[in-house]
Amino acid sequence: MEFVKERLLGGKEGARGILILAVLLLIVFPLFLDIFRLNLVGKYLTYAFVAVGLVLCWGYGGILSLGQGLFFGLGGYAMAMFLKLEASDPESTKIQSTPGIPDFMDWNQLTALPWFWEPFNNLFFTLIAIIVVPSIFAFIIGVAMFRRRVSGVYFAIITQAIALILTVLIVGQQGYTGGINGITDLRTLLGWDIRSDSAKYILYFVNVVLLLGVIMIGKFVITGKLGRLLLAMRDKEDRVRFSGYDVASFKVFIFVLAAAMSAIGGAMFTLQVGFMSPSFVGIVPSIEMVIFAAVGGRMSLIGAVYGALIVNFGKTYFSESAPVLWLLLMGALFITVVMAFPNGLAGLWDKYKDKLNRDSLKNGFRSLGKREKTFDIKWPKITLPKFRKKETEVKGVPSNIRGDHA
Amino acid sequence: MGDFTTTELMSIFAMQGFAGISLFSVLLLMALGLAIIFGQMGVINMAHGEFMTIGAYTTFFMSEFAVSYGMVDIYFPFAIIASFLIAFIVGYLVELGLIRHLYQRPLDTLLATWGLSLIMQQLFRSTFGAREVSPTLPDWMLGSVQPTETIDIPINGLFVLGLTIVLTAGVFYFLFKSKRGVHVRATTQNRLMAGAVGINTKRVDRITFALGCGIAGVAGAAFTTIASTGPTTGSLYIVDTFMVVVFGGAASLFGTIASAFSIAEAQSIMEFFISGSMAKVLTLLFVVGILMMRPEGLFASKIRK
Repeated sequence: MEFVKERLLGGKEGARGILILAVLLLIVFPLFLDIFRLNLVGKYLTYAFVAVGLVLCWGYGGILSLGQGLFFGLGGYAMAMFLKLEASDPESTKIQSTPGIPDFMDWNQLTALPWFWEPFNNLFFTLIAIIVVPSIFAFIIGVAMFRRRVSGVYFAIITQAIALILTVLIVGQQGYTGGINGITDLRTLLGWDIRSDSAKYILYFVNVVLLLGVIMIGKFVITGKLGRLLLAMRDKEDRVRFSGYDVASFKVFIFVLAAAMSAIGGAMFTLQVGFMSPSFVGIVPSIEMVIFAAVGGRMSLIGAVYGALIVNFGKTYFSESAPVLWLLLMGALFITVVMAFPNGLAGLWDKYKDKLNRDSLKNGFRSLGKREKTFDIKWPKITLPKFRKKETEVKGVPSNIRGDHA
Repeated sequence: MGDFTTTELMSIFAMQGFAGISLFSVLLLMALGLAIIFGQMGVINMAHGEFMTIGAYTTFFMSEFAVSYGMVDIYFPFAIIASFLIAFIVGYLVELGLIRHLYQRPLDTLLATWGLSLIMQQLFRSTFGAREVSPTLPDWMLGSVQPTETIDIPINGLFVLGLTIVLTAGVFYFLFKSKRGVHVRATTQNRLMAGAVGINTKRVDRITFALGCGIAGVAGAAFTTIASTGPTTGSLYIVDTFMVVVFGGAASLFGTIASAFSIAEAQSIMEFFISGSMAKVLTLLFVVGILMMRPEGLFASKIRK
């Protein structure tokens, strides 16, 4: 119980945040939104998976990946390949010159299913591939980069280039990937029509539950020692390294975790939206996903979800009513968030809360004077300087990291 | 490849090689500006492509102006200067308003300049329309040279190449011979020390950034001679350009030249034998692969950080 409260929910504060989010997503939205809008919210929430991953790897780990669309896309494409194979059984594709293969392959004069499509006939394999394939990709990229201490902007640029490579590859290899249109016309999952309203409701709830699960995994990571190590690495990488920690492995781990989270989001995207295309893989979506995390607050897992929701609501609203304005607003959003609110909405909320606390503290004093109520005031702990201090505290590194690890 | 005779193959290599040189010129012109900004200052300017677009639109409007006054033959040099100046001024203002607040946070600069590039693209689209435009080129720039029967080299490509060489030489002169260049390099190597000996490092930053943008503007002017310009033209090249700079080794101008050349040539020679997209994929994969093995790029700078 203690474990659930402290580690998975992140203490009292964190539990409250998750509870509010869960009520909003599981009760308020389904009650007040029609199925079309709810489906849209579901789509936005799939981006939130990526944003949550980015909070872990960018906010905590200090690794800005501009290629998260890559993992989102790999997860999404894996799901789409399974659904497409199911939709192209020989019966419903008998007008093609080669029945039984996806329609775009037939249009591109392919006569047999490519070998890497074969395993995707199996749902179990597909579900594993959704997590494993992007993780392997992330692992390879991570090991290659972090072992050689590539970091910061170099990492950002290289991940961006990798996202570009995958996009160009998908668009160029039409016969194998469906090209620029992507994999479309997905109908059923094991015979269950995913386009029906009831399926959309069910998928929405599955999506929300998965998202809450992913947030809890994130909480688990950041409330533990790993979380503190990540922060320490972000702020003073060399000190952590000199303390005897293998910095690269931690970076690889958090990057792979973020990739796996994005991939789940991608798979849920395909299920809920009914197609997958390269326009969700490349550079532009990848950077947009960073802005979701930045708007929500790069240090807040729950903030990332709100960030994804708000930016996308804005995007949908403005692209419907004033498309010209939207790009300007989006650009301004990037600049304002970075310049004025580096901690995003969560940062604003924390400031507000601090102010409230201070106010209530003041009120507390006042009421103390009137002797109406007593307040439990926590005084800040004052430690007097010790003479002949035996151990030197290292600033910026968790106190349990000391030389004995070295 | 078996279907071609040796002479045909040679001609293909020569012509694709020259097409590659056009790409090389554009990449190098863009990368030069970026190498100054990124290599010397460590600032990621994602809006760099848009500065190129500014130059391209400036050239277009100069040509419109020239056509109506009958000065088509002579306007181009002025267009290049105007492109440089306008991009320089905009870059100066951007540094003043945005970049200088973010020097301590390179990743945030990246996001902010991406936002800037979105805004600039939308402004281009609203002001100049979504349609792609190209300027009226003077007659002397059209046509081609034929050194042999099978080889055909366009003059505009030669012109761009010449411009690139002149500009590269100019940048080298600026950085390594002029007093201001000494200031720039001193600031790069040791900002505190440079400040201590009386260099106004903030001013150096501003001038350096504006200069990089100005060179992007010239790249835009050169770009108009070989392709048409639209609001999003610049963003098409930005990732390639960054790869050029990183691949070459961020603080090395020689590296930038070498990497622009190899990337452009690899891409355009491969393009003839396999599809354009696969050529691009292979080139980028190759570059990423090398960067994974050698993250400091081809020509590493000797500064220890």
